[in-house]
Amino acid sequence: MSNEQALPDPVIEISALTTRFGSRVVHDGLDLLVRRGEIFALVGGSGSGKSTLLREMILLHQPASGSIKVLGVDLQDIGEAAALALRRRWGVMFQSGGLFGSLTIRENIGLPLHEHSALAAPLIDEIADWKLAMSGLEPAVGDQMPAELSGGMLKRAALARALALDPELLFLDEPTAGLDPESAGDVDRLIASLRQLFGLTFVIITHDLDLLWQITDRVAFLAGGKVQALGSMSELAASDDPAVRRFFDGRRGQAAENGAT
Amino acid sequence: MSDLADGPASLAWNAQQQLQLAGSWTARGLGRIDRQLDALAQPAGAPLVIDASEIEAVDTAGAWVIHKLLQRLGSEAAGVELRALRPEFDHLLSLVAEEIARQGEVRKPAAERPATPLAALGQRTVNALEQATALLAFIGESAIAVGGWLLHPTRIRWRPILYNIRSAGFDALPIVGVLSFLLGVVITYQGADQLRQYGANIFVADLVGLSILREFAPLITAIIVAGRSGSAYAAQIGTMAVTEEIDAMRTIGLAPLDVLVLPKFFALVLALPLLTVFADVLGVFGGMIMAQAQLDVGYGEFLDRFVRTVSLTTLLIGIGKAPVFAAIIVTVGCVQGLRTRGGADSVGRQTTRSVVQSIFLIIVADGLFSVVFSVLKL
Repeated sequence: MSNEQALPDPVIEISALTTRFGSRVVHDGLDLLVRRGEIFALVGGSGSGKSTLLREMILLHQPASGSIKVLGVDLQDIGEAAALALRRRWGVMFQSGGLFGSLTIRENIGLPLHEHSALAAPLIDEIADWKLAMSGLEPAVGDQMPAELSGGMLKRAALARALALDPELLFLDEPTAGLDPESAGDVDRLIASLRQLFGLTFVIITHDLDLLWQITDRVAFLAGGKVQALGSMSELAASDDPAVRRFFDGRRGQAAENGAT
Repeated sequence: MSDLADGPASLAWNAQQQLQLAGSWTARGLGRIDRQLDALAQPAGAPLVIDASEIEAVDTAGAWVIHKLLQRLGSEAAGVELRALRPEFDHLLSLVAEEIARQGEVRKPAAERPATPLAALGQRTVNALEQATALLAFIGESAIAVGGWLLHPTRIRWRPILYNIRSAGFDALPIVGVLSFLLGVVITYQGADQLRQYGANIFVADLVGLSILREFAPLITAIIVAGRSGSAYAAQIGTMAVTEEIDAMRTIGLAPLDVLVLPKFFALVLALPLLTVFADVLGVFGGMIMAQAQLDVGYGEFLDRFVRTVSLTTLLIGIGKAPVFAAIIVTVGCVQGLRTRGGADSVGRQTTRSVVQSIFLIIVADGLFSVVFSVLKL
């Protein structure tokens, strides 16, 4: 980032990606590029392949053809060791949290550190408490079990676990879905401040128009197996693609746009 | 950031008596450096200078460790100064400082004292009593629900009853058949030697008939079904409790007992005696085959003796136990399922508990039956 003119280096490069489930084509020659330090959002209707695309980027699903490069590593035919090294460099927050029900929140957050570092247990607990605080949770929450938490707290705890290994890249699947407007706003601010503090890159799947307007740098609109439109929210809102228009022209879309300006 | 290209974190004293930190101070790079740090002795007197110019990478874990080191040395030495840390790592360190100051304000709750053995015993007793109360409450509620069905027969759900008869009864035929056949074979095999010594070969029919019909067939059938269906009941109901399906049922106006418990109850009370008869037949058949092979007691002889010594009462006693065992299996399975709280972990625990408790109670009930029958001289 020393050169002001040059664009930051790409963190994710996807080219000519094709995915099929049986005869159903989900992605049909999709290209995408995410740059370092961006808050990048994937939007699109149900079944447009957002979640599948995310799963392919985090090595949970193998595409039919095409190439995906994450943090400079090609995911095609990646070896076990390289995959593990890559997994340490990103964090993923799943839609329903994916916290382990048999562990306390503190143990959940400390688990990646226990697995991938030789740090002493008390030190890991302290760091886990810090990550909790970063995600805006009280230290007392650390002793609770995931089943005891409310939806908003679960999302924050899941985010804290995703942050455990200081990832460069964070994937968030619907970080604000099912939250009340106040908690959703808190999550928006949390994401923005994490980017500012640590220079993280975010890839977010969301339907939350407020989140899209407030914090995203660029948004990719997925439809028909391709990126139908790409740009900042104001650029997308000005697009005359009919599919994009339907997405933004609802009354809720208008309200969110007015709220942002 | 967490790449180890720069080598692990290290520390050393340099020529100017400065503490030289180098390498990646990251979660992976730190290794067990905390031991080295704890052993670090502070040269008395002079203020300490830490040279951080060779630190290649810092993440939150590394910043935490460095800050704690500064804090500890700062409190021990005349002064401590961190020099030449790269500016991009600086803000991480100040973040740690803020957080540590904040954590200091929040008093950590005092750790819970481990319970004394007496308190633990009391707690376990209370838990056991609670479980017993829950069981009794469940039996009461079920009785009321059964009464409701009997008063309004149109409310009886035939389809789930038939489905449960198939899944808990018909589908269990092969395993019950094979195991009771083998049981018959084993009993005869073990008894054969003893009987031959006294030349009492023909009494093998008495041995097999009485033991299989009275005890083994009902018991082995109930134990198989407890493991097969009782666990399934607990897991099914437990998962539904975790995913709020049972709450949803209540809000729609469906009584969970009506929908989930009673069909299983009626189905198993009907199916288990039938399974027991099947086990009787195959157990005796196994004994018969073994009797011919080991004791030269032909099928005709065996059956002739069997009909004369084994009374109808024997058969009925065995079959009569089955509905009681069925009630135990369904009740325990459903109660444990309904008591599931939390997540996947709890479903597993409750399922295990349901199988262990129902087998335990089946054997206890069998013992009670023996006592009662001997008093009644049956």
